[in-house]
Amino acid sequence: METDGLYSDLIISRAKSPLYAGDLADVTVRGEGRNPVCGDRVRLSLKCEGLRIDALAHQTRGCAVCIASADLLAGLVTGWNRDEALAAGQVFTDMFSDGTVPAADDMPDAFRVFFPLRQHRARIGCATLPWTALKEALSDARS
Amino acid sequence: MTFDVNVIRAQFPILSEKVHGKDLVFLDSAASAQKPAAVIDSMVETMRTQYANVHRGLHWMSERATEACEAARSRVASFLNAPAREEIIFTRNTTEAINLVATSYGSLLKPGQAVVISEMEHHANLVPWQMLRDRAGIELRVAPVTDDGELDFEALGRLLEDGRVALVAVTHMSNVLGGLVDVRRVADMAHAAGARILVDGSQAIVHRKVDVQETGADFYVFTGHKLYGPSGVGVLWAHREILESMPPYQGGGDMISTVSFEKSTWAQVPYKFEAGTPAIVEIIGLGAAIDWVESVGFDAITAHEKVLTDHALKVLPEVPGLRLIGRPADKGGVFSFVMDDVHPHDMATLLDRNGIAIRAGQHCAEPLIRRLGLTATARASFAAYTTREEIDLLAGTLVRIRDMLV
Repeated sequence: METDGLYSDLIISRAKSPLYAGDLADVTVRGEGRNPVCGDRVRLSLKCEGLRIDALAHQTRGCAVCIASADLLAGLVTGWNRDEALAAGQVFTDMFSDGTVPAADDMPDAFRVFFPLRQHRARIGCATLPWTALKEALSDARS
Repeated sequence: MTFDVNVIRAQFPILSEKVHGKDLVFLDSAASAQKPAAVIDSMVETMRTQYANVHRGLHWMSERATEACEAARSRVASFLNAPAREEIIFTRNTTEAINLVATSYGSLLKPGQAVVISEMEHHANLVPWQMLRDRAGIELRVAPVTDDGELDFEALGRLLEDGRVALVAVTHMSNVLGGLVDVRRVADMAHAAGARILVDGSQAIVHRKVDVQETGADFYVFTGHKLYGPSGVGVLWAHREILESMPPYQGGGDMISTVSFEKSTWAQVPYKFEAGTPAIVEIIGLGAAIDWVESVGFDAITAHEKVLTDHALKVLPEVPGLRLIGRPADKGGVFSFVMDDVHPHDMATLLDRNGIAIRAGQHCAEPLIRRLGLTATARASFAAYTTREEIDLLAGTLVRIRDMLV
């Protein structure tokens, strides 16, 4: 099976068995991202203490890339504060807007595994949709 | 002519291309078909040897180009068995043809009248009517489809009962489910209710011999690029008396008879509806595409498609977890499907990496996809150059994709 590196073991395992799927009790803020072209939808629920994200869960209706991206996002930003998470989302989006940027050594796996998407431009939106939902959720997060 | 798919394939230069190092398996012909050398050559030859603007030049090149475009019009007319060549209007595509009717014929409708479409229309045969509804204060009614993906004729009959319907606009073949619609029956129902009928032939024109007089249609539209011709040219056919009753769609050169600052008068049909320089090279290419299709013959095309369709109906359901969408009784070579726990986009990307081109998503028919309880499907569609082996390769690769992702 030719996959061109996109469907890595990490993406497949997180798509098959996400670690952060579901909803949270005592939710502080919620965010949603929708792709009207394909019907994909990511719903995030966040539990925050002040500006710190204490817990995050996602309900994702989408492709393997979208589910894995949501799940890796959840693992990455838990424990971060709002500004750190928003900055990370910007780095993730920029990774696709400038095709010349190489993978940085300190780049987290949650980003690195999506690098091959640069060869599948129609699918970039699948990976960025959870970050759109996070941005929406955090825009509602106030101290 | 005996149909030999290898002889057909040899006429399509693109089929010898590699995709990601693999042989191209092109199963997205319902979106746009590949082009035979005869079409490509006719367009190149036009630009090399006989290109000029049409209908206005007094020089030899212009006359040659005009003759070639008008010959294509005659070719389309005979292809459709249209009563007159003047009833053939060249547009940019099906979408523009429907917008022309919705705008021009639509301007003749009055508040209180209604247009009926079906639940399985492509957005091209939906949005222009919504726009007309909002502009003209007419009603837009939607005839439902059955769970099998067939037009619900009983429900259509009820929508026509009050006599307020001015036009029924339906597809001749669903671009999602592949089902052929009995448009003769729709036409008879529409006419009995005092309505006219527009038929979107974008898909059907490729798969079945269409005789516009036998369909009973008042308007028949299709696009060139699905019929092995170039993009950028489409066709509207309508009865001459209807066209003559309609105001122009766009104003400009070519569509006028006389012009002054106070008033302009319109050219005769079809030119009244062809403002500006037409898609000269593409029109000539469409003529060549029709010549090519007729050289193969619809008996052969339909028989080959039946072999492919029967084969796909056998092997695709054997893929674990695969579910075909819709079970129309009269089905052409368009198959939508979903697979347990594998998103259509993942299927499309992984198939592409293995050289197989399909479409995934909502296929410009979002209401139908929602009616079927889905968010997206994968779609494989066949053409004269498709082989049984390609369908086998699709099925086998889908099995491997499922093994990987489920």
